[in-house]
Amino acid sequence: MRHILTAWLLTSVLGFTAGRGAPALDVNGQLEDPALQTRFEDITKNLRCLVCQNESVADSNAQLAGDLRRQVREMLVAGNSDAEIFKFMTDRYGDFVRFNPPLESKTLLIWGAPFIMVVVGSFIVVRIARQRAHMPIEE
Amino acid sequence: MWKFTLPFAAFLGLVVLFVFGLNPKRDIHALPSPLIGKPAPLFSLSQVNDPASVVSNDSLKGQVYVLNVWGTWCPECRVEHPALLAIARENVVPIIGIDWSIDHGVEERQKASQWLQQLGNPYAAVAFDQDGRTVIDWGVTAAPETFLVDGQGRVIYKFVSPVTEEVWQHEFLPRIAAARRAGA
Repeated sequence: MRHILTAWLLTSVLGFTAGRGAPALDVNGQLEDPALQTRFEDITKNLRCLVCQNESVADSNAQLAGDLRRQVREMLVAGNSDAEIFKFMTDRYGDFVRFNPPLESKTLLIWGAPFIMVVVGSFIVVRIARQRAHMPIEE
Repeated sequence: MWKFTLPFAAFLGLVVLFVFGLNPKRDIHALPSPLIGKPAPLFSLSQVNDPASVVSNDSLKGQVYVLNVWGTWCPECRVEHPALLAIARENVVPIIGIDWSIDHGVEERQKASQWLQQLGNPYAAVAFDQDGRTVIDWGVTAAPETFLVDGQGRVIYKFVSPVTEEVWQHEFLPRIAAARRAGA
């Protein structure tokens, strides 16, 4: 019983750490330079896999995502900046490829939606609270 | 007052949402291509059924052509194939194929050659993209995807999913005619 419990604890802990943003399988391991590896992870996390549109390029096992990771890796090694890599991607796939699209007139709604929700939400809350304030206290 | 107008406004909002959201003609996976209006990405690849010869779209400058990305691993491409054959018979524009080896395997070359032999060959030439780089340059996300390039070498249209006779008639032919008028 104890063994089962330890095994369960161990797998759940390992599963938790490993399961968080588990990167997709890649043949070519990590980049040698840790700084480049960090940038690689940041960039691929912010690129959308276009095959399974809600996964990132970092997480997706789709073949195309693998090819895009290869592209990012090569451009990093060749000394390209993050902006150049994102530009390469958006030139080909549009802003949709970015999970973090630039603030423009057509993306205004995406960026503004949370604030609109907060305003609408607080309006509703205030109204309900005011109505309740007038209600008699029930027993 | 609010009791009536708020739900009614919400109802109107939903109606608008459903009219646009549930439109059967709207493909939720279709993405605007940033390539439209831009120069077609150049490629120079080996011919799928003849590794010694080169297929390049640089030599096509000055003429309107169709570029079709496909692969033997793609079931939709098989669905599309008869339509491509019919379109090729009309002989309006050359169809250039890009055979996408999605797993980078060289076997795709063999399979594609077989495919063309057995099912017929609608293409003026088929380039073999083994490492998937040309496909990325064209911003392809899945096969089949079909592009229209005008006489100035600009991408003027992109169609995702299998081309049918109807799509050809309604989407491609008018644009081809317009491109030729503009180019003449």
